[in-house]
Amino acid sequence: MRLDLFVSHYNYWVVIFLMMVGFYILISRGNLIKKVVGLNVFQTAVFMLYISMGKITGGTPPILVDPKGGGEAAAEVMYSNPLPHVLILTAIVVGIATTSVGLALAVRIKEAYGTLEEDEISRIEAEREAAE
Amino acid sequence: MREEIIIRVGAKFLAPFIIMFALYVHFHGDYSPGGGFQAGVILAAAFALLALVYGLEAVQKVLPLWFTRMCAALGVLIFAGVGVVTMLLGHNYLGYNALAPDPTHPEHGQHYGILLVELGVLVTVFGVMVTVFYHFAGRGRSDS
Amino acid sequence: MNIVVDIVLFTLLGAAGFALLKVRNLFAVVMLAGIYSLLSAGLFTVMDAVDVAFTEAAVGAGISTVLFLGALALAGHHENRPGHTPLLPLLVVVVTGGALVYGTMDMPGFGHPENPVHHHVADHYIEESYDEIGIPNVVTSVLASYRGYDTMGETTVVFAAAVGVMLLLSGARRPRSRGGGGGGTAGEGEDG
Repeated sequence: MRLDLFVSHYNYWVVIFLMMVGFYILISRGNLIKKVVGLNVFQTAVFMLYISMGKITGGTPPILVDPKGGGEAAAEVMYSNPLPHVLILTAIVVGIATTSVGLALAVRIKEAYGTLEEDEISRIEAEREAAE
Repeated sequence: MREEIIIRVGAKFLAPFIIMFALYVHFHGDYSPGGGFQAGVILAAAFALLALVYGLEAVQKVLPLWFTRMCAALGVLIFAGVGVVTMLLGHNYLGYNALAPDPTHPEHGQHYGILLVELGVLVTVFGVMVTVFYHFAGRGRSDS
Repeated sequence: MNIVVDIVLFTLLGAAGFALLKVRNLFAVVMLAGIYSLLSAGLFTVMDAVDVAFTEAAVGAGISTVLFLGALALAGHHENRPGHTPLLPLLVVVVTGGALVYGTMDMPGFGHPENPVHHHVADHYIEESYDEIGIPNVVTSVLASYRGYDTMGETTVVFAAAVGVMLLLSGARRPRSRGGGGGGTAGEGEDG
């Protein structure tokens, strides 16, 4: 029974582990580009959670087999759920677009402060305020 | 990387096939995995490869920045325009059945609608990816 | 067999994620992120999401790596050792992860056809889409027709992101570097 639970929930647990790895990178690392990488790891883990939920054991990809014939072979086929695929497919492309905005911001911050480390940026900010 | 002959020849050899593959992925997307999103990214990857090997200037002669910017906007326009056209034809926004040439088979309109909409996605994704790449790759240039 | 591939790929992903955490050379981090994406594309294929796998392979392992390298070339690739103790973030992560794992106990097992997620609109898409849309790839027909609004919104978001990048990066660089620049180095490849 325990092994059963392990096999049927292993996907979710590893996905959660990956999410937490991304989350940990995001909150514990000071480098802005590393943070963007952490955000990407988190994001991909969420994608995997969705796709895991859409999978049917023994199913095939949702591309109809012999749709016109409608024979018994076609009736037997079980398809995985196409809906999460659609949601995630568009989310991946949006994800890279937003990632590029994040990277552009990091580049501009590097140009303005000369560093990408969060603590150095806040130190420079504090020095500027003290100088005023 | 200008001196590396294997990379230069390899990139030149690969790029047309990548572009061809992108078009295949796009137009065969109704029957196999693929569609506008993937095709746009693959098409952009072909130009990114050329830019990495031959330098940005050489690629921008073929595919200037104003063109990719225009593509990015044009795709959204195509997508939204299909919706407006179907509305003018008396159906819902993005109700592709309106596009059918033969009113007794309204589902044929779906083919046209999906083809046009996917084209819009392709154009936007391609334009956006190449524009973003140009900006990242071109920014270091004026500095050194 | 599928489940074995699934578990092996997930374990490799876990290892890649852990390596991402440890490595401090950002070039290596970007390469690991590409490997992570490619592994997850393999996993999407095992889980029948071929369209998604295709996108992830093209985007995550292709374009995204190039963009990260471009950003690193502009912003430097050294990461400092984190200054503060990792205890508080670790605590937050462990508590959040524990809560999520507790939450999965109520989730239906992986891959059962009776799971509620498969019986809302998915049945309609699979059974009716060929008659209504007429193309075999259900993902394409849902993407472009049933959920056309959604896709249009996503396309607009992608466009908006490009506008954002253009605004951020197309201006002049810092004033003090503007004087010395302007010559332009013709055809220098982005070799990192």
